[in-house]
Formats: sequence, structure tokens, C-alpha cells
Amino acid sequence: MNLPYTLIFEKRTEDYPKWLPAAVSIGSVIAAFIISGILLKIIGGEPLRVIKFFFTATFGSWAVFSDTMVKATPLILVGLACTVAFKMKLWNIGAEGQFYMGAFFASLVVLVPMVNLETTPKFLIIVLMMIMGMIGGAIWGFIPGILKAKYNVNEIIITLMLNYIALYWNNFWIFDKWSDAGFQMTPQFAKVAWLPRLSDLAREYRMFSGITLHLGVIIAIIAAIIIWWILERSRWGYEIKLIGDNPAAARYAGLNISKNIILVFMLSGALAGLAGMSEISGVVHRLQERISSGYGFTGIIIAWLAKLNPFTVILVSILFGALIVAGREIQPSGIAYLLQGIILFMVISSDVLLRYKIRLINLNPQEA
Amino acid sequence: MNIEIILHAGLATGTILLFAAIGEVFAERSGILNLGVEGMMLLGAMAGFSTSLATNNAWLGLLVAMLAGGILSLAHALVTINFQADQVVSGLSLTFLGTGLALVLGEGLTGQHPPTIPIVDIPLLSSIPFIGSVFFSEHSILVYVGYIFAPLTAFYINKTRPGMHLRAVGEKPSAADTLGISVYGVRYFYTFVGGLLAGLAGATISLSVSPGWYSTQTTSGQGWIAVGLVIFAQWNPMRAAFGGYLFGMLRRFILDLQGPALIFGMTNPLYVNSNYGFFLQMMPFILTIIALVWGSRAASRKRIGAPAALGVPYIRGERGL
Repeated sequence: MNLPYTLIFEKRTEDYPKWLPAAVSIGSVIAAFIISGILLKIIGGEPLRVIKFFFTATFGSWAVFSDTMVKATPLILVGLACTVAFKMKLWNIGAEGQFYMGAFFASLVVLVPMVNLETTPKFLIIVLMMIMGMIGGAIWGFIPGILKAKYNVNEIIITLMLNYIALYWNNFWIFDKWSDAGFQMTPQFAKVAWLPRLSDLAREYRMFSGITLHLGVIIAIIAAIIIWWILERSRWGYEIKLIGDNPAAARYAGLNISKNIILVFMLSGALAGLAGMSEISGVVHRLQERISSGYGFTGIIIAWLAKLNPFTVILVSILFGALIVAGREIQPSGIAYLLQGIILFMVISSDVLLRYKIRLINLNPQEA
Repeated sequence: MNIEIILHAGLATGTILLFAAIGEVFAERSGILNLGVEGMMLLGAMAGFSTSLATNNAWLGLLVAMLAGGILSLAHALVTINFQADQVVSGLSLTFLGTGLALVLGEGLTGQHPPTIPIVDIPLLSSIPFIGSVFFSEHSILVYVGYIFAPLTAFYINKTRPGMHLRAVGEKPSAADTLGISVYGVRYFYTFVGGLLAGLAGATISLSVSPGWYSTQTTSGQGWIAVGLVIFAQWNPMRAAFGGYLFGMLRRFILDLQGPALIFGMTNPLYVNSNYGFFLQMMPFILTIIALVWGSRAASRKRIGAPAALGVPYIRGERGL
């Protein structure tokens, strides 16, 4: 083949302009949508109608936007969980399992019950559930953490295996001990264990009637601020980033890497566990199967797409919340997975644009 | 509970892990970590199943399954080799992509019955008592292929010239490059081989071991177990094969535990309350963790590690491996 032009990859020697990373990320998401649209067309769908449907079903009114935000809430927390771990190059693929363990531990408060549900104030019950959720997730994060720190066991596989184990563990309890009359779910929690919702205020403010947005979204945003502070302003965050970027230098500097691996894994697990708590206390109000529609895995994409920035995680989570809301109604159901895969591929490939300049070169200059 | 049945069934289900794990051994030996095995397997299972259904030819299904896995793996190769993207994240997105494609294209396949890979006896060998009935009778042809496949790959990787090139690229790509071996070419090729074998593993499920299409339940995490098995096997195809068979047998053994009402003269709790079965279903995953911890400790003791350049992109002219 003798093409008159060729593409040249030139390594960037100078820093890239400040706007480039954001532009590249947005561009890659748009490219992912276009590719998915083409794929959809080939399979026999109608991409334009799907896209129009996507926007009306997710941002079209206050009620559907509230649905989008409700879906975004666990995603923000799980996205933060992945962000923290990935900052230290710890591949926590187990947010899904940590999410389930968080949900399980938070449910213990109500199901055991750990406190008297009639006399304890709601505030205390919610706080206790949050703490239990974080403990559950942290325990599930501790296992891969200690195995990695002590025996250098690959954390990717361990966290993945723990996902399945958490799922079966949950199933046992909802099928057996706490099954609601043989159904695969526990009885509904008492109202006192529900996170407050906007619709609770419907009597005073008519506009809030039917709006299911719950306090979890505030918890998630506060968590994002705290994580940002830890990563960007605290000494510990500096250590995390140093270990992630240059473990050898961190070792020479005398940092305790093993301890940090375990702590970061536990923090990551606690965030995912908190997401599980927020989901059962704010949305489903009982422990059951399929409380997560793969949030743990979507969190990985979100963290990566947000370039490990806690505030960007919030924005990206809203986009993915919208994807999930729309995806529930778009058939066949695999399209949401497909789109997530293509977005992630586009985002990681687009990074090459930050490292290289791509130029079109004319091979026959004399003709030009 | 019958030892003969457990061994026999273990060989069949172990063949799935054998193909997938050896495929991943190839990719990782060349320095490419591909975590997309689960996605490639699922796509392969779907492609093989639907092709066999459409053409009435299971062998054609097998071929298409392999190609589907192989083509999907090229996306990983492009992104990690040319664009030097992170291999972990790329592998994960490959799993998403494969799962999504398989679910979308596999819509409506559940409950169909296409032709499957024939089950045959090996003449003469099958008449040996016990060994014959466990190893050489009533197995899918793919199981017999698996017996030969593992030693062949071990020979190929360790004793042949292309195998040496493969190892060189995975251990020290810059040295391989100076010897005139195309690092990118070798990595592309073995990532593709890994994809072919993952596709084959998927079709081994859907066309042979447990025929059918049950969406994500078809593979139910076996792709991930295969990736774990590679580490346990210390990147050695023979050990990967043994690990696969061992896993298959343990799975079957665990399944069979639910059968009898009495075990060693005691009431079998699993028989009384089937919900305890959830703990049995955890076992393969717990065993993978144990195998991995054990494998990692043995590896660090014997100083056997992953291929030195595993996960590291190669850029000609840059310092590094």
C-alpha cells in the first residue's frame, strides 16, 4: 500500500495545555456514544430514538432527575472507593463484594436487632447503620489488603473471588434465616431505619411529593469532600500518592508500605460498604438479592473516567446514574454493559493523546 | 457419591479451565496481562452456541467461538500494545465489552438445543478397568484434545524456537528487539492466541460440558478462576492443566456432597437444609484464594515470579525492560 499521507506519533516533550485532559475525556465519551450508536444500528436498533429516550428518561423532569441522582449516590461512593485504591495502584476490583458486605452489616442493626428500634432515636440508628456498613466493607477490604501486604498475593483475583463469596453469603441469610415468609428477601425495615427522603417533606412542600431522593446523596458528597481533603491536603494522602507513583522512593523515604496497603484497602472497602448501607437504608429498605446492578464494577470505570479526582467522580457518577436509569428500560439489557465497556476503552486509549502528538505527514512533499 | 463419577466429571469441567488458563499463560508469557478472559469466554460461548444453532454444525460453532474470542482480544492488544494503556483497566473493559456483546447478541438463545460436540470412547484404552472409564470413555472430543494440548504447549513454550522468542519478549523485550524479534508482533500474536483459547473454553461450556446459553450464568466467574489459576500454576501450562482438572474434580465433589442423607454416619446438614448449599457454592472461590496464597508463597520461596515484563508496555528506545 502506498498512501500519500501517514500518521506520525511524536512524544510530547513540553507539558500539554491545561484544557487538554478534560477535552480528551469528554471527546472519548462522545466517541464511545457514536461507536455504540453505530453498533446499535448494525444490530438493528434505532440509535437516535434511544439517545432521545435516554435524555428524557433521565434529565427530562424533576422526578426522573431525582431517580438519576438516586442511582448516582451509590456510584459516587463506589467511585470514591476505587479512586482511593487506584491512587496507590491497588487494584480493588472488589467494591461489589464490599458493597454487599456493607449492606449486610448495616442490616444487622435492624435484623438482629442490635438496638431497641422503638426507643432509640432515628439519628442514632442511622449513624450506627453507617458505621456498621463501613465496618462490613472494611473487613472485606482487609482480607485482600493483608494478603497483598504479607504474602504479595495478587489483589485483583482475591477481590474478585471475594465478590462471589459475598454474594453467596448474602443469599444464605436472605434465603434462610431472615427470609420474609419464604421470599428471597428480608422483611421490610422499620421506618426508623430509613434514610430521610425529600418525599417525607411532601406535606409541607407539595413539589417534593414522589421525589425519592434521599439523604445518601449528601453523605456521598460529604465523603467526596473528605476524600479530596485526605488525598490532596493531608500527609497520608501524600504518602498514598508517593507509594502509588514510586514505591521504591517511598521505601527509601521510610514509609511503611504494608501498613498503607492494608489501611487504604480498608478505607476503600469502607466507602463501598457505605454505598451498600445507603442503598438498603435509602432505597430498597430491606436486604435482598440484586441490590447492586454491578455498581462495584461501574465504580472502576467512574474512577478512571474521573482521572481519580473526587469531585469529578460526582459528575461522572451522575452520567452513569443516568445510564443505569435509562438502561433499565432499554432492551436488550446488555446494552448498558456494552456502552460501559466501550466508554472505558475509549477513555484509556485516548490517554495516548496526552503523551503523544499525532500529526498527519505528507509523504510526497514535491507534489504539494 | 461415587469417586469414578467425580473424577470423570472433573476432567470434563476441568477442560474448560485448562483451555482458558493455557490461553492466558500464552498472553502473560509474552508480557500482556489480559483480564478479559471472562468476557472473551462468554462471547465465545454465545458465538459458538448460536452458530451451532444456525448451521447445525457444532464444529463450525467451535471455530466461530474461537474467532470471536480472538477478535475481541485484538481490541486489548491494540489498546495496550500500541496505545500503551494500562493493561488492568483495558482487560476489565474487555470483560464489560464481551459480556455486553454476548448478552445483546445472545438475546433469545436460552432454551434452544443446537447440536453439541460428539461424545466418544477411545477404542482399547476405554476397556482398561477404572482408568478407562474415568479417562477414556464417554468424554467429549474436546476433553481428549485437552489431554494432548497441555503437554504440547509446554513443549512449544520451553523447547521450540518460537517458544523461546515468546519467553524472551515476556522477560526482556529490549533484548528480544535487538535480536530482531518483533516485540509488538509477538505480543499481538499471543494475545490473539489467548483470545482464541478463551473463546474455545467458552464454547467448551456451551457446546459440550453444560450445553446451553444461560446469559452470564454460562461462565459464572470461571474466566476469573482461570486467571487465578495461571498465577497458581506459576505460568506453567502443565501445572495449569493439573490445576484445572483438580478444580473441576473439587467442584463436582462439592456438588455431590448435597446428595446423601448421611455422611460418616452423621446427618448431612446439606441434605436437611439446602440453603447451606450457598456455602458450597462459595467453595470454588475460596479454594482459588487458598490456591493463590499458596502459589504466591511457593513462588516467592523458589524465586519464580511472573514474566518480568508482565504488564509493562514496550516503547523502543526508552529505558526500562
